[in-house]
Amino acid sequence: MLNMRNVWVVMKRELKSYFEAPVAYVFMVGFLVLTGFLTFFVTRFYERRIADLQPFFFWHPWVYLLLVPAAAMGLWAEERRTGTIELLLTMPITLAEAVLGKFLAAWLFIIIGIALTFPIVITTFYLGNPDAGVIISGYFGTILLAGAYVSVGMLTSAMTRSQVISFVMSLLLCLLLLLAGWPPVTDIFVRWAPNWLVNAVASISFMPHFESMQRGVIDVRDIVYYVSVIVFMFSATLLVLENRKSA
Amino acid sequence: MLEVREIAKNFGPIQAVKGISFNVDKGEVLGFLGPNGAGKTTTMRMITGFLPPTSGTAIVCGHDVLAEPVAAKKNIGYLPENAPAYGSMTVANFLRFAAEVRGLRGADLKNAVEAAITKCRVESVRHQTIATLSKGYRQRVCFAQAILHDPPVLIMDEPTDGLDPNQKFVVRQMIREMAAEKAIIVSTHILEEVDAVCTRAIIISGGKIVANGTPSELKAKSSTGRLDDVFRMLTMGKEESNHA
Repeated sequence: MLNMRNVWVVMKRELKSYFEAPVAYVFMVGFLVLTGFLTFFVTRFYERRIADLQPFFFWHPWVYLLLVPAAAMGLWAEERRTGTIELLLTMPITLAEAVLGKFLAAWLFIIIGIALTFPIVITTFYLGNPDAGVIISGYFGTILLAGAYVSVGMLTSAMTRSQVISFVMSLLLCLLLLLAGWPPVTDIFVRWAPNWLVNAVASISFMPHFESMQRGVIDVRDIVYYVSVIVFMFSATLLVLENRKSA
Repeated sequence: MLEVREIAKNFGPIQAVKGISFNVDKGEVLGFLGPNGAGKTTTMRMITGFLPPTSGTAIVCGHDVLAEPVAAKKNIGYLPENAPAYGSMTVANFLRFAAEVRGLRGADLKNAVEAAITKCRVESVRHQTIATLSKGYRQRVCFAQAILHDPPVLIMDEPTDGLDPNQKFVVRQMIREMAAEKAIIVSTHILEEVDAVCTRAIIISGGKIVANGTPSELKAKSSTGRLDDVFRMLTMGKEESNHA
């Protein structure tokens, strides 16, 4: 159904456009400085004297909260504002191919950022004997988490022509998904909602799925969870774009 | 080559296009006239597959836009209103992207891009980013994107809007050069354009066709024999009753 060649062409253009503007460099430097600072100075990577990446991955959900909505906010909002969406969607490709191409481009962009954190892995191996399996599973988990954030950012980007609105909406939505299982949030529901609803809200949270992979456990249920979030946001994006009234 | 069948579009309670039908054959340049808000852009957006019609459809080279959108879109070149283009890309990269999406590869791609650059006279800015181009050049770059796959149907929404007289002349010349082997629709509200490039014209007003004929047939509708008078006669009353 999907012509992967079309997906590839759209993805390539989108990924290139990050690097044509200073956006990519500001983003990469921001990501690396922020994760570096938090890992080494806040969670005291050296002082812990434990050779693992736990204090590094710990910050990822929070750093993504700020940066991924920024990376995804332009995906559709900018196309709508400048009218290029009219060019893109009158080309001989399907909407799903265009959406998938853009999603993969933004995800790949974040993955490049994640890949650039490799010095911390080298450092850990130099200082001690960390468990390589836990590190691999940790990176796998953080990449999936980033994909879920990107899919949320793409949805809010499709809903508006304003990148600022997209940024704020996706930040709030991601924050909700992060904190959904946290007692202060579930307490709001506990008082009046039936138990199944409290559990449902708590179980949509990113956190438990992220944490188990940081401990080195790759559970199929966690993968299914992330894939479901991405598929849901992807379908919602398609629906929003199909029902737009104009550019 | 292009057949539009009772195409209509509602935006909520507003009927923007109320059932329009017409044909365009090879060798024809159809002028699509009407006051602002008459439904020209909406109609073009439905033909090109950008907006889904509320009812009716368009057949492009035998392909229904609703049933086989990708096949229909392959046969269309489209220059949207205001000539949108990716500002951060260079002219050459943008055209290469358009050619790739159109399924061109290797030598075909290179030849198509080079031919479009020459035809649209954008050679001198090929390495410039699109955001830095003047309106006239941007218009031509977007025009190049529309013709590079040599489509049998070419649809242009106000291709000369906002251009200076010299640039308008160049764009009209390009349209005339291509007229023989394509079916072309040009929307405009500049009436001199009809005389300059069109073999036939449709006037729409309030979402409906109010006149369809060659420029001289249309002129004959008014005692003065001037297109301006025909246009005013056919569209003025309509506009007012429409907004009442």
